Amino acid sequence: MNLSTLLIWFLRLLSTGLALYELVVGPLVNSVLADVSLPLLSDQVAGTKWFALIFAVTTWASSEKRFWALFFWYWPLVALWACVIAPGNNWWFPSEPLSRAGHQIDGLFYMILIIVAVTFIGTEFALGYALWKSAVRGKDDKVWFSHGSHRLEIVWTIVPAFILVFISMAQLDVVADIRVLNRFPDEVQSGPVAEVMARQFEWRIRYPKPGTELMTTPQPGDLYYVNELHIAATVPTMVNLRTQDVQHSFFVPRMRVKQDAVPGLIIPIWFDAEKAGEYELLCTELCGWGHYKMKARIIAETPQQVSEYLTGLQADQEEDGVADEE
Amino acid sequence: MATITPAVDSADHAHDHGHDHGHHEQTFIQKYVFSTDHKVIGIQFLITTILMLMVGGALALAVRWQLAFPWESMPIVGKLFGVFAGEGGQISPEFYTMLFTMHASVMIFLVIIPVLAGAFGNFLIPLQIGADDMAFPILNMLSYWFMWPAIACFGYSFVAGGATAGPANGWTSYPVLSDIASASPASGNAQTWWLFGLTLVGVSSMMGSVNYMTTIINMRAPGMTLFRMPLTIWSMFITAILQAFALPVLTAAGFMLVFDRLGLLLPTSIQSVFFVPAGLIVNNSAPTVGGGQPLLWQHLFWFYSHPAVYIMLLPAMGMVSDMLACTCRKPVFGYKPMVYSMAAIAGLGFIVWGHHMFTSGMNPALGMTFMTSTMMIALPSAIKVFNWIGTIWNGDIQFTGVFLNCAAFVALFIVGGLSGIFMAAVPVDIYFHDTYFIVAHFHYVLFGATLFGVFAAIQFWFPKMFGREMNDGVQKIHFVLTFIGMNGTFFPMHLLGIAGMPRRYADPYLHGYLEHLLPMNKLMTMSAILMGFSQFLLLGNFFYSMFYGRKVGRNPWNANGLEWSAPSPPGHGNFDVPPVCYRGPYEYSSPEAEALGQDFILQTDPPRRAATTEPATA
Repeated sequence: MNLSTLLIWFLRLLSTGLALYELVVGPLVNSVLADVSLPLLSDQVAGTKWFALIFAVTTWASSEKRFWALFFWYWPLVALWACVIAPGNNWWFPSEPLSRAGHQIDGLFYMILIIVAVTFIGTEFALGYALWKSAVRGKDDKVWFSHGSHRLEIVWTIVPAFILVFISMAQLDVVADIRVLNRFPDEVQSGPVAEVMARQFEWRIRYPKPGTELMTTPQPGDLYYVNELHIAATVPTMVNLRTQDVQHSFFVPRMRVKQDAVPGLIIPIWFDAEKAGEYELLCTELCGWGHYKMKARIIAETPQQVSEYLTGLQADQEEDGVADEE
Repeated sequence: MATITPAVDSADHAHDHGHDHGHHEQTFIQKYVFSTDHKVIGIQFLITTILMLMVGGALALAVRWQLAFPWESMPIVGKLFGVFAGEGGQISPEFYTMLFTMHASVMIFLVIIPVLAGAFGNFLIPLQIGADDMAFPILNMLSYWFMWPAIACFGYSFVAGGATAGPANGWTSYPVLSDIASASPASGNAQTWWLFGLTLVGVSSMMGSVNYMTTIINMRAPGMTLFRMPLTIWSMFITAILQAFALPVLTAAGFMLVFDRLGLLLPTSIQSVFFVPAGLIVNNSAPTVGGGQPLLWQHLFWFYSHPAVYIMLLPAMGMVSDMLACTCRKPVFGYKPMVYSMAAIAGLGFIVWGHHMFTSGMNPALGMTFMTSTMMIALPSAIKVFNWIGTIWNGDIQFTGVFLNCAAFVALFIVGGLSGIFMAAVPVDIYFHDTYFIVAHFHYVLFGATLFGVFAAIQFWFPKMFGREMNDGVQKIHFVLTFIGMNGTFFPMHLLGIAGMPRRYADPYLHGYLEHLLPMNKLMTMSAILMGFSQFLLLGNFFYSMFYGRKVGRNPWNANGLEWSAPSPPGHGNFDVPPVCYRGPYEYSSPEAEALGQDFILQTDPPRRAATTEPATA
């Protein structure tokens, strides 16, 4: 018995064992014996038992050639299944998009996802089918002696080209909305509400003194806080992004916002929070050993609460430490 | 200097070459160490890169350990080396940063690039075009021996900043972090040594590409027209051009960064500020005079490193096309479209670098341009995939380890190619940039495609290298384990990326919205361990078969290429008689072959009418 036969026997026994355990033995033991609870993979990841069953059956039902053909059909199925069950298992976006740009970005993501999924299924199926055809061919079947087909080449050049140009064109407006200064929403044309200054390994926030405008250089009366940015919910906000030392990147996953902070540049960015609440802000450009812990939060609240917060901050900052005598 | 003399009277001369003890005796050192024979150099490259693959893999496993069991004591290594004792065997954040930096550096610069161009380029180019050696044999030897100073520099950079901190700026080495030493205080001079290593790898590659271009242009056997060249040769040729044009930019950028850092290494006042803006102070570093631009590095770096992605892929594409034709007993489907699409990938490869910089602060209009060119580069890749499937279609597949690895190449390249479309789209990339989605994407391309192609190529050309064959059963077991481990490790990374998990985080679970991803990371680490340890099967099979594998003749796969008409292993000078090429490399199952009662016909077999004389090979 050669090694590849041995390998197939091993895979047969393994998958059959797994299928039996997941489908029959495990559930049976767990239901009959009240005090025993065998861990089942299917409880962790839905569908495992069915995939074990499919795999077990295919390993038994096939010669070595057929087995390999089925192998190349089997794994895209597993991959697709992983994607199908991902949202239900919380292996998907951290939340619904909670900003205008977020909705646009997610829309484009799902558009590309559909195109890509169809292509993936088509090509992987075709590849598996090509293997399968060969695995079941008769001994005397003639090989298709062909150097290619001009017509096919033209078809599979022009069709993907149109799709790719279409995908590309579909992005342009959104890019402009997110990045091009004069397409920024009207609400932020009045200027930034704060400066976010990144440094190893924290986010320093500078607000202008209430009632004044933010200047690029620090002004007396500016208010400072670290790792917490308060913004008004539901309305677009613009901030100036800077870094004091190395490169950092401003990433708010729930809003789908990301922009690098570059030494020497002041980069205006805008975003909005659809709902009041806390949004995590983290760094996504390697900035040194403490990169992973450069954690901050954005607090979205009513404009009223923001101005109360700023007033409180101002009071704290101007507090001279001497208690008023009564 | 190697020459081609197609005349009949050179047969005696070549006959001498066919034996190990030809007319010039060589010492052991000349023959196996400082050899100028392209085959020995190719094998030297191959063995070096396989060993480096294990080093890079070990670094990756340490990264995976930290992500699955954050801050827990490393098994084996944690206890083995005293340096970790002070940290209780833990991986410190500095060490973690070094691990992923060096994992990428080793894998890219010491494994993928040299295994394709260095090992297979060297071994195959003269054999497949019918030359007796490279155009510049000594340059060729130097290209291998420049790898060792590079390895030494990379190796020294591991310890230059103390035993548990090394280069800590990622393989992309973005300034200002990589520029001002006090930005990563633990690593000391490590980054400078890393840059020296990088430059030396560049020197090695440059010597290789000059040689490959010259050899392919000038030394093809009679009858080996450009469109009779195997796709391997086309891919090596295009890769060499890519490398020759892109590499100087990286070398220049590397020297600029070295000059920015030089004050630290040498007692000299030379210190430039190419990448540091005026007045920037990091951790009490000396204030800088004059103004540089950090984005300049990104442009220069990616101007090389994006073409480099294709340098790391195209040769594998070429070799897989060759191997698929042979294992399916069919001509490559659409030979010329395959050549043109490789050329298109190379051409477009020069105008897509900005897609690495969509969030960098680059002009947004530039971003839109780069997006469109990046989308278009998916087109030639798609054409190639369709043609590979066309090649397999209705063939008589030989289900060997070679074929399985090639089929895996196609299957996994599809994933890597398709995931690229997401990040080519600027808005979607804004979310995915620097998350695990990117990590998933390039591992599907570089591991899923390139390395599976290399696994196939090792087994396919092994008989030509050593005159023995590798054990096919072991290769299949290796294939199954690696395939399962690979997908188990990298497929979930797409999901991590969608969940917003950033790259290069020593402890992502510090952030609440990522905590629930720990079990998935554990599964990935177990897959990675499976994948890592299954490489010992390859290693064992390789070295065992080198000495004890079954002996085979000249053409064990019944393939068509010129290399299969040479002895296994070919002696100094490669061919018994200078070969003459009569047809394209993929005439499997052609009527001409079938008339001979076989399904292949060597490129050197004269057309049938002339075949009444003795066939060229036994």
